[in-house]
Amino acid sequence: MQLSCHKQHYRLCSLATVLLLFLGARLSWAQESPYIVAYDHYLEEPGNLEVEYFSTLGTQRDGDPFHAYWVELEYGAKAWWTTELYLDGQSTFSQSTVFTGFRWENRFRLLQHEHFVNPVLYIEYEQINGADKIIKEVEGHDIESDNEPNALARRTLKHELELKLLLSKTFNGWNFAVNPLTTKSLSPNEPWEFGYAVGASRPLALNASANSCNLCRENFVAGVELYGGLGDTESFGLHQTSHYLAPALAWNLPSGSAVRISPGFGLNSDSHRLLMRWGLSYEFIGFGERISRLWEKRW
Amino acid sequence: MVNKNTVWLLLAAFVLPAGLCLFTIGGASAQGIDPATAHDRFDYAEIAKAPAKARTRNNPQEGKPETVLVGKKLFAQHCAECHGSAAEGGKKAPSLRADEVQQATPGALFWVLTNGVVRRGMPVWSRLPEPQRWAIVSYIKTLNVSPSPQRADNTTQ
Repeated sequence: MQLSCHKQHYRLCSLATVLLLFLGARLSWAQESPYIVAYDHYLEEPGNLEVEYFSTLGTQRDGDPFHAYWVELEYGAKAWWTTELYLDGQSTFSQSTVFTGFRWENRFRLLQHEHFVNPVLYIEYEQINGADKIIKEVEGHDIESDNEPNALARRTLKHELELKLLLSKTFNGWNFAVNPLTTKSLSPNEPWEFGYAVGASRPLALNASANSCNLCRENFVAGVELYGGLGDTESFGLHQTSHYLAPALAWNLPSGSAVRISPGFGLNSDSHRLLMRWGLSYEFIGFGERISRLWEKRW
Repeated sequence: MVNKNTVWLLLAAFVLPAGLCLFTIGGASAQGIDPATAHDRFDYAEIAKAPAKARTRNNPQEGKPETVLVGKKLFAQHCAECHGSAAEGGKKAPSLRADEVQQATPGALFWVLTNGVVRRGMPVWSRLPEPQRWAIVSYIKTLNVSPSPQRADNTTQ
Protein backbone atom coordinates (compact mmCIF):
# COMPACT_ATOMS: atom_id res chain seq x y z
CA MET A 1 0.00 0.00 0.00
CA GLN A 2 1.38 3.37 -0.98
CA LEU A 3 0.75 6.08 1.56
CA SER A 4 1.18 9.63 0.39
CA CYS A 5 0.91 12.45 2.89
CA HIS A 6 0.81 16.11 2.05
CA LYS A 7 2.92 18.24 4.28
CA GLN A 8 -0.05 19.86 6.00
CA HIS A 9 -1.54 16.45 6.80
CA TYR A 10 1.69 15.03 8.13
CA ARG A 11 0.48 14.69 11.76
CA LEU A 12 -2.75 13.02 10.73
CA CYS A 13 -0.89 10.60 8.47
CA SER A 14 1.57 9.78 11.24
CA LEU A 15 -1.30 9.01 13.58
CA ALA A 16 -3.01 6.85 10.93
CA THR A 17 0.22 4.92 10.32
CA VAL A 18 0.66 4.24 14.03
CA LEU A 19 -2.95 3.06 14.28
CA LEU A 20 -2.45 0.72 11.34
CA LEU A 21 0.59 -0.73 13.04
CA PHE A 22 -1.41 -1.27 16.23
CA LEU A 23 -4.16 -2.95 14.28
CA GLY A 24 -1.67 -5.30 12.70
CA ALA A 25 -0.09 -6.30 15.97
CA ARG A 26 -1.28 -9.04 18.28
CA LEU A 27 -2.31 -8.63 21.88
CA SER A 28 -0.23 -10.34 24.48
CA TRP A 29 -1.13 -11.62 27.92
CA ALA A 30 -0.27 -8.79 30.27
CA GLN A 31 1.40 -9.73 33.53
CA GLU A 32 1.35 -6.45 35.37
CA SER A 33 2.36 -5.69 38.90
CA PRO A 34 -0.08 -3.50 40.83
CA TYR A 35 2.48 -0.74 41.39
CA ILE A 36 1.73 2.69 39.97
CA VAL A 37 4.61 4.63 41.53
CA ALA A 38 7.16 1.97 42.53
CA TYR A 39 8.97 -0.19 39.97
CA ASP A 40 10.05 -3.79 40.17
CA HIS A 41 12.97 -5.09 38.09
CA TYR A 42 10.91 -6.57 35.26
CA LEU A 43 11.24 -4.84 31.91
CA GLU A 44 9.05 -4.85 28.83
CA GLU A 45 9.60 -7.85 26.58
CA PRO A 46 11.76 -6.97 23.56
CA GLY A 47 9.83 -5.77 20.53
CA ASN A 48 6.58 -5.35 22.49
CA LEU A 49 4.74 -2.10 23.00
CA GLU A 50 2.60 -1.48 26.02
CA VAL A 51 0.12 1.36 25.91
CA GLU A 52 -1.14 2.54 29.26
CA TYR A 53 -3.56 5.18 30.45
CA PHE A 54 -3.64 6.33 34.06
CA SER A 55 -5.79 8.75 36.03
CA THR A 56 -5.23 10.38 39.39
CA LEU A 57 -8.09 12.11 41.15
CA GLY A 58 -6.74 14.24 43.97
CA THR A 59 -8.16 16.40 46.72
CA GLN A 60 -6.65 19.68 47.91
CA ARG A 61 -7.36 21.27 51.31
CA ASP A 62 -6.97 24.83 50.06
CA GLY A 63 -7.95 24.38 46.45
CA ASP A 64 -10.14 22.61 43.96
CA PRO A 65 -9.85 18.86 43.41
CA PHE A 66 -8.02 17.85 40.26
CA HIS A 67 -7.93 15.06 37.72
CA ALA A 68 -4.45 14.38 36.37
CA TYR A 69 -3.91 11.81 33.64
CA TRP A 70 -1.17 10.46 31.52
CA VAL A 71 -0.54 8.10 28.64
CA GLU A 72 2.51 5.84 28.63
CA LEU A 73 4.00 4.24 25.54
CA GLU A 74 6.40 1.59 26.84
CA TYR A 75 8.62 -0.24 24.40
CA GLY A 76 10.99 -3.15 25.02
CA ALA A 77 14.03 -2.12 22.98
CA LYS A 78 16.11 -5.02 24.38
CA ALA A 79 15.60 -7.57 27.11
CA TRP A 80 17.83 -5.30 29.23
CA TRP A 81 16.47 -1.92 28.09
CA THR A 82 12.97 -0.47 28.18
CA THR A 83 12.19 2.99 26.89
CA GLU A 84 9.00 4.89 27.63
CA LEU A 85 7.29 8.13 26.67
CA TYR A 86 4.76 9.85 28.91
CA LEU A 87 2.28 12.54 27.91
CA ASP A 88 0.79 14.33 30.91
CA GLY A 89 -2.32 16.43 31.34
CA GLN A 90 -4.48 17.78 34.08
CA SER A 91 -7.92 19.26 34.76
CA THR A 92 -8.51 21.23 37.92
CA PHE A 93 -12.21 21.50 38.75
CA SER A 94 -13.60 25.01 38.21
CA GLN A 95 -10.40 25.98 36.39
CA SER A 96 -9.11 24.50 33.14
CA THR A 97 -7.67 21.51 31.31
CA VAL A 98 -4.01 21.79 30.38
CA PHE A 99 -1.36 19.70 28.71
CA THR A 100 1.44 19.67 31.26
CA GLY A 101 4.38 18.15 29.41
CA PHE A 102 6.20 14.96 28.55
CA ARG A 103 8.69 12.59 30.08
CA TRP A 104 11.12 10.21 28.45
CA GLU A 105 12.14 7.34 30.67
CA ASN A 106 14.72 4.59 30.18
CA ARG A 107 15.35 1.58 32.36
CA PHE A 108 18.47 -0.56 32.10
CA ARG A 109 18.88 -3.95 33.69
CA LEU A 110 22.37 -4.06 35.18
CA LEU A 111 22.84 -7.80 35.79
CA GLN A 112 22.18 -10.69 33.43
CA HIS A 113 20.76 -13.25 35.84
CA GLU A 114 18.50 -13.15 38.86
CA HIS A 115 20.30 -12.33 42.11
CA PHE A 116 19.42 -11.81 45.74
CA VAL A 117 18.61 -8.20 44.81
CA ASN A 118 18.16 -7.17 41.20
CA PRO A 119 19.21 -3.63 40.29
CA VAL A 120 17.83 -1.63 37.39
CA LEU A 121 19.04 1.87 36.53
CA TYR A 122 16.30 4.37 35.73
CA ILE A 123 17.02 7.62 33.87
CA GLU A 124 14.29 10.09 32.97
CA TYR A 125 14.20 13.47 31.29
CA GLU A 126 11.11 15.49 31.92
CA GLN A 127 9.90 18.72 30.39
CA ILE A 128 6.81 19.69 32.30
CA ASN A 129 5.17 22.82 33.62
CA GLY A 130 4.16 23.80 37.13
CA ALA A 131 0.59 22.60 36.59
CA ASP A 132 1.70 18.96 36.32
CA LYS A 133 -0.03 16.95 39.04
CA ILE A 134 0.30 13.31 38.02
CA ILE A 135 2.46 12.79 41.15
CA LYS A 136 4.14 9.81 39.52
CA GLU A 137 6.90 10.33 42.03
CA VAL A 138 7.30 12.52 45.08
CA GLU A 139 10.64 14.22 45.64
CA GLY A 140 12.28 16.99 47.61
CA HIS A 141 9.80 19.26 49.34
CA ASP A 142 6.84 18.60 47.04
CA ILE A 143 3.85 19.46 49.22
CA GLU A 144 0.15 20.04 48.70
CA SER A 145 0.29 23.79 49.24
CA ASP A 146 2.73 24.17 46.30
CA ASN A 147 -0.22 23.98 43.97
CA GLU A 148 -1.09 27.24 42.24
CA PRO A 149 -4.01 27.98 39.90
CA ASN A 150 -3.43 26.45 36.47
CA ALA A 151 -3.22 29.82 34.75
CA LEU A 152 -0.18 30.74 36.84
CA ALA A 153 1.37 27.33 37.29
CA ARG A 154 1.55 26.49 33.58
CA ARG A 155 3.88 29.45 33.01
CA THR A 156 6.58 27.78 35.11
CA LEU A 157 8.59 25.41 32.93
CA LYS A 158 10.64 22.61 34.42
CA HIS A 159 13.43 20.68 32.74
CA GLU A 160 14.52 17.91 35.07
CA LEU A 161 16.66 14.84 35.05
CA GLU A 162 15.62 12.06 37.36
CA LEU A 163 17.68 9.06 38.42
CA LYS A 164 16.41 6.04 40.30
CA LEU A 165 17.93 2.81 41.41
CA LEU A 166 15.24 0.15 41.19
CA LEU A 167 16.02 -2.69 43.59
CA SER A 168 13.67 -5.62 43.53
CA LYS A 169 13.39 -9.23 44.59
CA THR A 170 10.71 -11.85 44.03
CA PHE A 171 10.58 -14.64 46.58
CA ASN A 172 7.85 -17.25 47.12
CA GLY A 173 5.47 -15.23 44.98
CA TRP A 174 6.15 -12.01 46.91
CA ASN A 175 7.80 -9.09 45.19
CA PHE A 176 9.61 -6.46 47.22
CA ALA A 177 10.77 -3.26 45.53
CA VAL A 178 12.79 -0.35 46.90
CA ASN A 179 13.40 2.71 44.70
CA PRO A 180 15.58 5.53 46.03
CA LEU A 181 15.50 8.50 43.64
CA THR A 182 17.14 11.83 43.01
CA THR A 183 16.06 14.67 40.73
CA LYS A 184 18.09 17.58 39.39
CA SER A 185 16.55 20.58 37.73
CA LEU A 186 18.54 21.56 34.66
CA SER A 187 18.09 25.21 35.61
CA PRO A 188 21.20 26.61 37.32
CA ASN A 189 21.51 26.85 41.12
CA GLU A 190 18.80 24.30 41.84
CA PRO A 191 19.58 21.64 44.49
CA TRP A 192 19.37 17.88 44.03
CA GLU A 193 16.09 16.57 45.42
CA PHE A 194 15.54 13.16 46.96
CA GLY A 195 12.67 10.77 47.39
CA TYR A 196 11.75 7.13 47.75
CA ALA A 197 9.16 4.54 46.80
CA VAL A 198 8.84 1.07 48.26
CA GLY A 199 6.35 -1.64 47.42
CA ALA A 200 5.35 -5.21 48.17
CA SER A 201 2.97 -7.35 46.14
CA ARG A 202 1.81 -10.92 45.62
CA PRO A 203 -0.62 -12.72 43.29
CA LEU A 204 -3.74 -13.89 45.12
CA ALA A 205 -2.94 -17.44 43.99
CA LEU A 206 0.40 -18.97 42.98
CA ASN A 207 -1.08 -21.93 41.12
CA ALA A 208 -2.75 -21.32 37.78
CA SER A 209 -5.85 -23.06 36.52
CA ALA A 210 -5.83 -25.04 33.30
CA ASN A 211 -8.60 -23.00 31.70
CA SER A 212 -8.52 -19.43 30.60
CA CYS A 213 -10.63 -17.36 32.97
CA ASN A 214 -11.22 -13.73 33.86
CA LEU A 215 -11.93 -13.99 37.55
CA CYS A 216 -9.40 -16.65 38.59
CA ARG A 217 -7.46 -15.63 41.67
CA GLU A 218 -4.11 -15.92 39.87
CA ASN A 219 -5.15 -13.03 37.61
CA PHE A 220 -5.17 -10.64 40.58
CA VAL A 221 -2.06 -9.20 42.16
CA ALA A 222 -2.45 -7.23 45.38
CA GLY A 223 0.12 -4.99 46.93
CA VAL A 224 0.91 -1.83 48.79
CA GLU A 225 3.15 1.14 48.02
CA LEU A 226 4.72 3.78 50.25
CA TYR A 227 6.29 6.83 48.65
CA GLY A 228 7.42 10.30 49.61
CA GLY A 229 10.02 13.04 49.54
CA LEU A 230 13.25 13.27 51.49
CA GLY A 231 14.19 16.93 51.03
CA ASP A 232 17.12 18.18 49.02
CA THR A 233 20.82 18.86 49.30
CA GLU A 234 20.12 22.10 51.18
CA SER A 235 17.70 20.58 53.69
CA PHE A 236 17.73 16.81 53.68
CA GLY A 237 15.11 15.07 55.82
CA LEU A 238 11.40 14.75 56.41
CA HIS A 239 10.66 18.42 57.22
CA GLN A 240 8.02 19.79 54.81
CA THR A 241 7.75 16.64 52.76
CA SER A 242 4.72 14.63 51.71
CA HIS A 243 4.22 10.86 52.03
CA TYR A 244 1.59 8.42 50.84
CA LEU A 245 0.50 4.90 51.63
CA ALA A 246 -1.34 3.24 48.77
CA PRO A 247 -2.88 -0.23 48.62
CA ALA A 248 -2.96 -1.42 45.00
CA LEU A 249 -4.63 -4.12 42.97
CA ALA A 250 -3.91 -5.31 39.41
CA TRP A 251 -6.28 -7.44 37.38
CA ASN A 252 -4.67 -9.16 34.40
CA LEU A 253 -7.25 -10.21 31.84
CA PRO A 254 -6.79 -13.02 29.31
CA SER A 255 -7.83 -10.58 26.56
CA GLY A 256 -4.41 -8.91 26.95
CA SER A 257 -5.41 -5.94 29.03
CA ALA A 258 -4.74 -5.12 32.65
CA VAL A 259 -6.57 -2.87 35.05
CA ARG A 260 -4.95 -1.28 38.08
CA ILE A 261 -6.50 0.61 40.94
CA SER A 262 -4.84 2.28 43.90
CA PRO A 263 -6.22 4.69 46.49
CA GLY A 264 -3.31 6.65 48.02
CA PHE A 265 -3.71 8.17 51.47
CA GLY A 266 -1.66 11.18 52.56
CA LEU A 267 0.26 10.45 55.75
CA ASN A 268 0.81 14.01 56.98
CA SER A 269 -0.64 17.50 56.66
CA ASP A 270 1.70 18.34 53.76
CA SER A 271 0.23 15.52 51.64
CA HIS A 272 -2.96 15.45 49.62
CA ARG A 273 -5.58 13.65 51.69
CA LEU A 274 -6.50 11.26 48.89
CA LEU A 275 -5.02 10.35 45.51
CA MET A 276 -7.39 7.96 43.77
CA ARG A 277 -5.57 6.29 40.90
CA TRP A 278 -6.56 3.81 38.25
CA GLY A 279 -5.05 2.65 34.99
CA LEU A 280 -5.63 0.50 31.94
CA SER A 281 -2.94 -1.13 29.83
CA TYR A 282 -2.67 -3.14 26.63
CA GLU A 283 0.41 -4.95 25.41
CA PHE A 284 1.08 -5.46 21.71
CA ILE A 285 3.57 -8.05 20.59
CA GLY A 286 5.74 -7.71 17.53
CA PHE A 287 5.30 -3.94 17.26
CA GLY A 288 9.03 -3.31 16.72
CA GLU A 289 9.16 -5.98 14.03
CA ARG A 290 6.34 -4.29 12.14
CA ILE A 291 8.02 -0.90 12.36
CA SER A 292 11.27 -2.35 10.99
CA ARG A 293 9.39 -4.06 8.13
CA LEU A 294 7.75 -0.75 7.28
CA TRP A 295 11.19 0.85 7.25
CA GLU A 296 12.57 -1.86 4.97
CA LYS A 297 9.71 -1.33 2.50
CA ARG A 298 10.24 2.40 2.48
CA TRP A 299 13.90 2.09 1.50
CA MET B 1 -11.52 27.87 23.85
CA VAL B 2 -9.65 24.59 23.74
CA ASN B 3 -5.97 25.07 23.08
CA LYS B 4 -3.89 23.11 20.56
CA ASN B 5 -1.97 21.12 23.18
CA THR B 6 -5.19 19.92 24.77
CA VAL B 7 -6.40 18.64 21.41
CA TRP B 8 -3.22 16.59 20.97
CA LEU B 9 -3.43 15.25 24.50
CA LEU B 10 -7.01 14.17 23.98
CA LEU B 11 -6.01 12.49 20.71
CA ALA B 12 -3.20 10.65 22.46
CA ALA B 13 -5.36 9.73 25.42
CA PHE B 14 -8.47 8.54 23.62
CA VAL B 15 -7.92 7.94 19.90
CA LEU B 16 -4.96 5.60 20.39
CA PRO B 17 -6.67 3.45 23.05
CA ALA B 18 -9.79 3.39 20.88
CA GLY B 19 -7.70 2.14 17.96
CA LEU B 20 -6.24 -0.51 20.20
CA CYS B 21 -9.69 -1.62 21.28
CA LEU B 22 -10.69 -1.97 17.62
CA PHE B 23 -7.80 -4.32 17.18
CA THR B 24 -9.17 -6.72 19.80
CA ILE B 25 -12.02 -7.39 17.42
CA GLY B 26 -9.60 -8.07 14.57
CA GLY B 27 -6.37 -9.87 15.33
CA ALA B 28 -3.64 -11.27 13.18
CA SER B 29 -2.20 -14.64 12.42
CA ALA B 30 1.14 -15.93 13.61
CA GLN B 31 3.96 -16.31 11.12
CA GLY B 32 5.12 -19.72 10.00
CA ILE B 33 8.82 -20.28 10.62
CA ASP B 34 10.81 -23.20 9.36
CA PRO B 35 11.80 -25.13 12.52
CA ALA B 36 15.06 -26.27 10.99
CA THR B 37 16.12 -22.70 10.21
CA ALA B 38 15.10 -21.56 13.68
CA HIS B 39 17.22 -24.31 15.22
CA ASP B 40 20.32 -23.24 13.30
CA ARG B 41 20.06 -19.61 14.34
CA PHE B 42 20.41 -20.24 18.08
CA ASP B 43 22.61 -22.18 20.39
CA TYR B 44 21.50 -23.85 23.56
CA ALA B 45 24.62 -23.13 25.59
CA GLU B 46 22.65 -21.35 28.30
CA ILE B 47 21.12 -24.61 29.48
CA ALA B 48 24.58 -25.96 30.26
CA LYS B 49 25.28 -22.89 32.41
CA ALA B 50 22.71 -23.92 35.00
CA PRO B 51 24.51 -24.55 38.31
CA ALA B 52 24.66 -28.17 39.45
CA LYS B 53 22.32 -27.46 42.38
CA ALA B 54 19.70 -25.98 40.06
CA ARG B 55 20.11 -28.77 37.49
CA THR B 56 19.32 -31.50 40.00
CA ARG B 57 16.13 -29.92 41.33
CA ASN B 58 13.07 -32.08 40.87
CA ASN B 59 9.85 -30.76 39.43
CA PRO B 60 7.41 -30.60 42.37
CA GLN B 61 4.48 -30.34 39.94
CA GLU B 62 5.38 -33.55 38.13
CA GLY B 63 2.68 -36.20 38.21
CA LYS B 64 -0.11 -33.81 39.14
CA PRO B 65 -3.00 -34.43 36.74
CA GLU B 66 -3.55 -30.89 35.49
CA THR B 67 0.06 -29.71 35.39
CA VAL B 68 0.66 -30.22 31.67
CA LEU B 69 -2.62 -28.50 30.78
CA VAL B 70 -1.73 -25.57 33.02
CA GLY B 71 1.71 -25.45 31.44
CA LYS B 72 0.21 -25.50 27.96
CA LYS B 73 -2.03 -22.54 28.79
CA LEU B 74 0.85 -20.58 30.34
CA PHE B 75 3.11 -21.42 27.41
CA ALA B 76 0.53 -19.99 25.01
CA GLN B 77 0.25 -16.83 27.12
CA HIS B 78 3.90 -16.12 27.78
CA CYS B 79 6.20 -18.15 25.54
CA ALA B 80 4.49 -18.81 22.22
CA GLU B 81 4.98 -15.28 20.91
CA CYS B 82 8.74 -15.95 20.56
CA HIS B 83 9.09 -19.74 20.58
CA GLY B 84 6.10 -20.37 18.31
CA SER B 85 2.68 -21.73 19.16
CA ALA B 86 3.96 -25.31 18.79
CA ALA B 87 7.36 -24.46 20.36
CA GLU B 88 8.91 -24.94 16.93
CA GLY B 89 11.02 -21.79 17.27
CA GLY B 90 10.81 -18.47 15.52
CA LYS B 91 12.81 -15.46 14.47
CA LYS B 92 13.36 -14.40 18.05
CA ALA B 93 13.80 -17.67 19.92
CA PRO B 94 14.86 -21.27 19.37
CA SER B 95 12.81 -24.43 19.08
CA LEU B 96 12.02 -26.10 22.37
CA ARG B 97 11.52 -29.43 20.61
CA ALA B 98 15.25 -29.72 20.00
CA ASP B 99 17.21 -32.50 21.66
CA GLU B 100 19.22 -29.98 23.66
CA VAL B 101 16.03 -28.92 25.43
CA GLN B 102 14.32 -32.28 25.61
CA GLN B 103 17.36 -33.97 27.11
CA ALA B 104 17.96 -31.22 29.67
CA THR B 105 16.87 -31.84 33.25
CA PRO B 106 13.69 -30.11 34.45
CA GLY B 107 15.84 -28.21 36.94
CA ALA B 108 18.05 -26.79 34.17
CA LEU B 109 15.01 -25.65 32.16
CA PHE B 110 13.50 -24.11 35.27
CA TRP B 111 16.76 -22.23 35.86
CA VAL B 112 16.82 -20.84 32.31
CA LEU B 113 13.17 -19.84 32.58
CA THR B 114 13.78 -18.08 35.89
CA ASN B 115 16.95 -16.25 34.83
CA GLY B 116 16.22 -15.67 31.17
CA VAL B 117 18.96 -15.18 28.59
CA VAL B 118 18.92 -11.42 28.76
CA ARG B 119 21.78 -10.71 26.35
CA ARG B 120 20.05 -12.89 23.70
CA GLY B 121 16.64 -11.31 24.21
CA MET B 122 14.91 -13.74 26.56
CA PRO B 123 13.43 -11.92 29.56
CA VAL B 124 13.61 -13.27 33.11
CA TRP B 125 10.41 -15.02 34.13
CA SER B 126 10.80 -15.00 37.89
CA ARG B 127 7.68 -12.83 37.94
CA LEU B 128 5.67 -16.00 37.34
CA PRO B 129 5.18 -17.88 40.61
CA GLU B 130 7.28 -21.06 40.95
CA PRO B 131 4.39 -23.53 40.49
CA GLN B 132 3.57 -21.85 37.17
CA ARG B 133 7.17 -21.98 35.95
CA TRP B 134 7.34 -25.68 36.85
CA ALA B 135 4.09 -26.26 34.96
CA ILE B 136 5.65 -24.70 31.85
CA VAL B 137 8.67 -26.99 32.27
CA SER B 138 6.31 -29.98 32.51
CA TYR B 139 4.61 -28.96 29.29
CA ILE B 140 7.90 -28.39 27.45
CA LYS B 141 9.02 -31.89 28.44
CA THR B 142 5.98 -33.33 26.69
CA LEU B 143 7.11 -31.87 23.36
CA ASN B 144 9.64 -34.60 22.63
CA VAL B 145 8.11 -35.25 19.23
CA SER B 146 9.77 -33.99 16.06
CA PRO B 147 7.72 -31.67 13.85
CA SER B 148 5.38 -33.70 11.67
CA PRO B 149 6.41 -34.27 8.03
CA GLN B 150 3.21 -32.52 6.94
CA ARG B 151 4.23 -29.31 8.74
CA ALA B 152 7.77 -29.52 7.41
CA ASP B 153 6.36 -29.80 3.90
CA ASN B 154 4.14 -26.78 4.42
CA THR B 155 6.96 -24.58 5.64
CA THR B 156 9.25 -25.42 2.73
CA GLN B 157 6.67 -24.60 0.10
